[in-house]
Amino acid sequence: MSDAILTRLRALLGTNGVEREPDGVPRATPDSIEAVAQVCHLAQEEGWRVRVEGLGTWLAPDAPADLAVSTRALDQVVSVSPADLVATVQAGTPIEQLRRRLADQGMWLPLDPPGRPDRTIGSVLATATAGPLRLGFGPVRDHVLGCAVVTGDGRIVRAGGRVVKNVAGYDLTKLQVGGFGGFGVITEVHLRLRALPRADVTLTVRGARDALTAAARELAGAGFTPSAFEIFSPALAADADWVLAVRFTGTDAAVEAQARRMHSESDLAWQALAPERSAAFWAMTARAVAGGPVTFRLGVLPDGLDETLDLVTHDLEEGLIAAGAGGGMRWTGSAAPERLRAIRRATAAREIPMTLERAPWQLRQEIGHFGAYREGVGQLVGRLRETFDPRGTLSVALEGEG
Amino acid sequence: MQSLIPILERIVGPQRVRHRRAELATYAMDGLPTRESPPGLVVMPGTRAEVIAIVRALHEAGVPWVARGAGTGLSGGAVGDQETVVIALTRLNRILRVDPMRRRAVVEPGVVNARLSEAVIQHALAYAPDPSSQTACTIGGNVAENAGGPHCLKYGVTTNHIAELEVVLPDASVVRLGSGSGDAWGPDLVGLFVGSEGMFGIAVEITVRLVPFPAAVRTFLADFTSIRAASEAVSAIIASGIVPAALEMMDQVCVGAVESSIFAAGYPTDAAAVLLVELDGAVESVAGEANLVESLLGRSGARTVRSASAPADRARLWQGRKKAFGALGRLAPDLAVQDAVVPRSALPDVLDQVGAIGRRHELLVSNVFHAGDGNLHPNISFDRRDAALARRVHVASGEIMETCVLAGGSITGEHGVGSDKRDYMPLIFDPATLDAMCSVRRVFDPAERANPGKVLPVHACREWRRGAA
Repeated sequence: MSDAILTRLRALLGTNGVEREPDGVPRATPDSIEAVAQVCHLAQEEGWRVRVEGLGTWLAPDAPADLAVSTRALDQVVSVSPADLVATVQAGTPIEQLRRRLADQGMWLPLDPPGRPDRTIGSVLATATAGPLRLGFGPVRDHVLGCAVVTGDGRIVRAGGRVVKNVAGYDLTKLQVGGFGGFGVITEVHLRLRALPRADVTLTVRGARDALTAAARELAGAGFTPSAFEIFSPALAADADWVLAVRFTGTDAAVEAQARRMHSESDLAWQALAPERSAAFWAMTARAVAGGPVTFRLGVLPDGLDETLDLVTHDLEEGLIAAGAGGGMRWTGSAAPERLRAIRRATAAREIPMTLERAPWQLRQEIGHFGAYREGVGQLVGRLRETFDPRGTLSVALEGEG
Repeated sequence: MQSLIPILERIVGPQRVRHRRAELATYAMDGLPTRESPPGLVVMPGTRAEVIAIVRALHEAGVPWVARGAGTGLSGGAVGDQETVVIALTRLNRILRVDPMRRRAVVEPGVVNARLSEAVIQHALAYAPDPSSQTACTIGGNVAENAGGPHCLKYGVTTNHIAELEVVLPDASVVRLGSGSGDAWGPDLVGLFVGSEGMFGIAVEITVRLVPFPAAVRTFLADFTSIRAASEAVSAIIASGIVPAALEMMDQVCVGAVESSIFAAGYPTDAAAVLLVELDGAVESVAGEANLVESLLGRSGARTVRSASAPADRARLWQGRKKAFGALGRLAPDLAVQDAVVPRSALPDVLDQVGAIGRRHELLVSNVFHAGDGNLHPNISFDRRDAALARRVHVASGEIMETCVLAGGSITGEHGVGSDKRDYMPLIFDPATLDAMCSVRRVFDPAERANPGKVLPVHACREWRRGAA
């Protein structure tokens, strides 16, 4: 069957747009939104299952499928407007490539997702994996003004717009950000940018976990406005102890003054990182998150952080942990499905949602990115998936088997 | 419709079902002066349970309905017709919980926006979205319309401040979307629900995020001899990396109206444009940014710059802006408030064109708007009793909209589509996208009974139940 699919895809896209994945699955790499739509349309007509990939660096390209559609050939920065601070970018653009392109023109997309720097922007959106900068600049969805999406049956839906404020029509973009590809293939995105900050300073301190979380809690209420304020486990920070890191961005005067006050208002031995070490530190901690097979995030608020850390480190190995002083934590390591289910049950009882961000297919299928929904929500999600993927063409495990 | 009266009276009591002509007339309009249409009935539940019972009764009877808060919306979104029942939610006005530690409040939909901020001020917290109608409009209406306000440039619009919703769906089932922590249990259905203009259901319990009061605030008022210079100042400030809490502009007509009213704030009436800039945040940040803003304003050609830090002084600078719509109400009986968005860089050109459209149709156009995010409010003063004038307003409004869309913008930044801008939707969305919106609506409301006739153009839903084929 895969030979026949290969032939049909080559007839559609030409030989350059089709190859085989390491596991033998034919891979289409369409280079336009329309070509993605053609592939999806063909797949749904033929009843082929499709798995959607970027560069395959975050979620492993291992979902069962008759063919893979990769956005890797959709890697163009379509437009950048410095005056309006907006950009239109194809989904397969690696985030590091985008970062450099924007920095050349004095702009910044304040998103520091976990994973490798060549992760695609489409991957970051589909999984809604924000990094430490979510404290100062919001979750992934806050950066997205609109997006083009190809539905499972090959329609092109253009949600949102290119302006920074817009309430025209239903907000379909929100469904796509963090939808894990269950509602279509994100092919192009309109992003809200910032000017590159004039100053960007990082302070770190190492210590025992409880001392650092207590200090973070205290400082969070002390009138600082950090862009990131994150606690890392020793394994993640590649340090002998836990590390607390705070990042200030903005005008020179504001950043310097806040950094100075940080020293004076806490007993901690803060160390300021030199600019190039600061960038390397955040890049290293982002990359380290992908240092194990399973990553999940917990929507924990600051007052529940200690208890949640206890819970996770009791049930699982300590692993690679990044937790925000302003809320939210992420764990990476090895874990069996029943352990993850137990964590999900325990956190759900505390009103903390757990989202499985990355794991081998077997695990994703078993426990799902989201697990069980609240009452009534599952039906809505199911009907929304039918709307955007009527024949279940897209191979995505949102719910899992239970 | 008459047969519904006893059914609804059994749920809420006879006092809370309105069916006399004079009573219904009160609900014939919202803040949009160009649409007037009384509903068939009005029912006023006082509890969540009553809302559910009402929606169930209407679902069983197959009767369409419109949820309504204070009726301050500007797009006709809260107006029904003879065939619909208005569910007025203003009695559900309890603040159920405030959790200062977690910075959350749980409220019923009829809570007035400004009342919520007043209730949390003792904890040094605020509810950030601050639409101009905040002393009257309700949080439920804000959720339906995804309302904005001057301070959403920095703090975001309503959708950024809603953590969790308990929603009564049009079939009377109840679902909880989102979570107290703000992370969803699944896809972001809160994000999808906010701004759905009352067409997906009724939010009966709303968990909002609260933001800490900034340690320092500084407000600037600068005046310019041209709108272009003021627009350049806006771009320069944004390009510097500063995100002001607010960046508001008023044109000369607007300033003139304010200064000749009881709201006179001492704005210079000979200026072509007045710009309000507000900075907030940590003391150090505001001090650093203030120096930069002052020099950027000067470099962009500001004639004078006033600034204030004390609350009373800042309020004086804001007064003209806050009362602009009230003052414009003195110029003519009616005001058509537009709500387009354009890329910031297109502001001066678009404003020139808006001025030309006004002159061509001999209309009095004033501009007061959120310059920082390109959200224009060109306002046309008129008298709707003059049918010929009202027609010119309608034509001019359409031309203004097309101008903004051509510049790469959107037809609404914060007022919603409602019935007013429904026919503009195809200007910015292609048939496949409108069709997807129709399908999403049917996920929540298969029978299309919640707020029928809004947002989606009648012909947009081309293929009925495509997914079921």
